[in-house]
Amino acid sequence: MKHSLLKIALVLLSLILPNLAVAHEFKIGEIEIGHPYARAMLPGAKVGGGYLKLTNNGADDRLIGVTTDRAGTVQLHEMKMDGGIMVMRELKQGVDLPANTTVELKPGGFHLMFMNVSRPFKEGETIKATLTFEKAGSVDVELAVGPPAGAAATHTDHAQ
Amino acid sequence: MILRNPFALAAAGLTAAFIVILSGVLAWVSADSRRPGRFDTAFSLVNDRGEPVDQSLFNGRPSLVYFGYTHCPEVCPTTLFEVAGYLKALGADGASLKTYFFTIDPERDTPEVMHGYVTAFTDRITGVTGNPEEMKKVIDGWMIHAAKLPSEDGDYHMSHTTSLLLVGADGRLKGLLPYGATQEEALEKIRSTLL
Repeated sequence: MKHSLLKIALVLLSLILPNLAVAHEFKIGEIEIGHPYARAMLPGAKVGGGYLKLTNNGADDRLIGVTTDRAGTVQLHEMKMDGGIMVMRELKQGVDLPANTTVELKPGGFHLMFMNVSRPFKEGETIKATLTFEKAGSVDVELAVGPPAGAAATHTDHAQ
Repeated sequence: MILRNPFALAAAGLTAAFIVILSGVLAWVSADSRRPGRFDTAFSLVNDRGEPVDQSLFNGRPSLVYFGYTHCPEVCPTTLFEVAGYLKALGADGASLKTYFFTIDPERDTPEVMHGYVTAFTDRITGVTGNPEEMKKVIDGWMIHAAKLPSEDGDYHMSHTTSLLLVGADGRLKGLLPYGATQEEALEKIRSTLL
């Protein structure tokens, strides 16, 4: 009896543990927010990019806003390359999250743009931010600050 | 004889008019479209140490020239990191290369801001900023696209050309390196065009 209780406890624990291990995931309603991260900012830079993966297991929704006390404002942007020209577009309506889809905010595409950052993001720190979805509501997340843009790519080159 | 024919006369007149107009259009087009020849626009700007610089930057030594801005979250830092990587990989072979980062956002990118920014990558990149009108001469001279995209809060972002310009010691454009080129491609192109 004790053993089976222990087993149940272990099974329950094992169900919880993976979620603890992948600490870098957040959830609100049917929306999962995977590995939110930001780039370390360079000296002199006033803006920083943030990235994350949004998996919507529910009905249509939309990421409409982001706030953090580390930046004056946070905008949602789309970057596109158009024949050798980088075009930056502010997504004033937010980022669409159709039902049962995954939308990735990643370098070279959709991203969070932290504006008027007074204390530049440093590699290794975490940035607390609040994401607001049109239907699911608001959720607090932590963005892990990784290497600055380009540095990661250089690293990969070394590994090859 | 033939010209006495009124139709032939009219045709000849039309042909003459057509030739005049055509050559006018040709002259206008060729005067209007700049060719990627020698950069010959005089300008007066400052480097990231606040020292005056002019068009002579493009003469005497080959250079890698990039136009961007420090409020650029992704493409500019990535490119400058890559450029720093090229210089490192070229080592002594690339000792003659100069590297310039011209800001397309001189209003916000003061020499101090530029200095902190470029030196974060390598000590080999010279930042160039200054009077916006003077900067426009350089931007136009190299046929760079740079446009402000205002946002609601009075802030703005920029759309811009992301290619790295390979400029010869004679001040002529030798090639362009597209954003996203691999280091091998980049080194080969730099070696074959500039070194």
